[in-house]
Amino acid sequence: MKKFGPIILLIALLLFPLLVQDHYYQHLMILVLMWVVIGSGWNIIAGYTGQVSFGDAAFFGTGAYTAGLCMTKLGISPWWGMAFGGITAMAIAFPFGWICFRLRGAYFALATLALNEIMRHIATIWESVTDGMVGILILQTFVSKVPYYYIALTLAVVSVLSIQIIIGSRWGYYFVSIREDQDAAESLGIDTHYYKMISLNVAAFLTGMAGALYMNYMGFIDPEVVFSLHDISIMAILVGIVGGVGTIYGPVIGAFVMVAVHEFFRTGFFGFFKGLGAITGSDTITVFAKYVGHAHVLGFGILVVLVILLLPNGIVGDWKKITNSLSPFKRKEVVG
Amino acid sequence: MDVFFQTLVSGILKGGLYSLIGIGMTLIMGVMGIINLAHGQLMMVAMYVTFVCFHYLGIDPYITLFISMPTLFLLGMLIQKYTLNPLMEVDSILPENQVLMTVGVGMVLTEIARLIFTSDYKSVNTSYSGATFYIGEISFSVALTIAFFIAVLFTLFMFWFLIKTDLGRSIRATAQDKDAALLMGVNSKRITIITFGLGSALVAAAGTLLMPIYYLFPDIGGPFTRKAFVITILGGLGSTVGAIFGGITLGLAEAFGATYIGMAFDDMVGLLIFILVLLFLPGGFKRLTKI
Repeated sequence: MKKFGPIILLIALLLFPLLVQDHYYQHLMILVLMWVVIGSGWNIIAGYTGQVSFGDAAFFGTGAYTAGLCMTKLGISPWWGMAFGGITAMAIAFPFGWICFRLRGAYFALATLALNEIMRHIATIWESVTDGMVGILILQTFVSKVPYYYIALTLAVVSVLSIQIIIGSRWGYYFVSIREDQDAAESLGIDTHYYKMISLNVAAFLTGMAGALYMNYMGFIDPEVVFSLHDISIMAILVGIVGGVGTIYGPVIGAFVMVAVHEFFRTGFFGFFKGLGAITGSDTITVFAKYVGHAHVLGFGILVVLVILLLPNGIVGDWKKITNSLSPFKRKEVVG
Repeated sequence: MDVFFQTLVSGILKGGLYSLIGIGMTLIMGVMGIINLAHGQLMMVAMYVTFVCFHYLGIDPYITLFISMPTLFLLGMLIQKYTLNPLMEVDSILPENQVLMTVGVGMVLTEIARLIFTSDYKSVNTSYSGATFYIGEISFSVALTIAFFIAVLFTLFMFWFLIKTDLGRSIRATAQDKDAALLMGVNSKRITIITFGLGSALVAAAGTLLMPIYYLFPDIGGPFTRKAFVITILGGLGSTVGAIFGGITLGLAEAFGATYIGMAFDDMVGLLIFILVLLFLPGGFKRLTKI
């Protein structure tokens, strides 16, 4: 079962747009697949290499702006952005990593946070190129969501597979050794700086591609959207943590859960309270439904707190803990 | 030349308040070893407390200090006790969980404020909000000058507290070596809770003092969190003296950046300093002074 799980999942995902014609759910699935890519990118640098990034939005936004600028400045199809987006994100990641990998732990995390802010300021201030706060608006290529779905799926599958290959290779072991103990890794002759650079650049490449996809799919970006700390960087961390830090399929599950939860809060429990208010005719519930909709970021924040407290290693990482606590009659295994 | 001195004065006055923000952050950093990314959000809460007291109860912002600081002290203690301390027992792959937790706490605080007060801009208009006095050709904002001196007072008090009192010594001991402090009979868990409360109270003071001359909306926390960590990195992590220098440097850099480069670069100057300090002076000012 465990062996065929990914294949069954892949077949289900391939058939999904044929079975579900509703545009809303197709849209959600495209977002899920996009987050799989970003989550995988975050997972390789933070989950495997242990260098927690708070600034994934810097790479995401760079990729998105690359695709947008291909259209507005170069006059070529924004799909070229899919090719260039990852590369420009790497062009940001390379000097950044070169400089900032001398920092460790929380200091590196702060540096990525600063990178995120700096990129957003640049995109806002450099109006002659990026149009500042006006943002970039392009026409979408396809009317239907199905082509976007398959492009996103391809990208997600490629990113998961490449992570699997990298982690199974010699690099993967080097990454994990850096996470576990950087000094010990160094003393065993691993060039930690070099391998952290590789890890960061792979992450940036994937995240940049996801950004380019976002530009093509959404058709509109501005600095506040694509360089957002909460909506992109923190969301990327949550996708990684909820799914499982340092697991290959963690980001896949994390992306499903997080997009679902995000929509759940945004739509007020999928319109549950609104409907309840309409049925019972109770004003209190209708007002409550309005508040739930307004407070979706609050729900998101509370979720951050709860996830870190209860599931620090994510659904995949803490799977044993979850099954143990959910089955009261089973003999308790000692989780160690 | 007048422009230069004017910029210098406003930079130093603003820097005094920044120091107060920085000292709170650096205390938490020193004792717990974590970067509190909810610092600005705590300040935002204090500013709303000030706003409510002024608007609904008609209490002068300077008297509100006696309300906002204890409130935030309590809030800080609760955050440390129920969200950050439990994380110490949880083992996870990533050690940055606590930092991430502070981000989550910050988000929750911001959104609760938005739910209660909506996203509208609020301000506290006192009789002295716009008042200025002149020394020579240079104008001083009355509210900012008062704020500066109160900030200096609090800073001095903090030094006295940390150096002379028993509790202060325990805090410094925990910051230096947690295990050794534990062996000497310091209840380090209690110390972390008190420290977080103190840090919150200090940033609450800064928020309340800033309120007469500043505006307020729920997202104001983010920029101040960034300022706080720039100050802390500038001064050297865990160094109280460094935080004062860091605060004043940031105040000056922002003032000069705004005057000579452009208002839009106000925020970016701080971040550039941050990266430059990380590159060329990784220990911050602490490394130069050895304090």
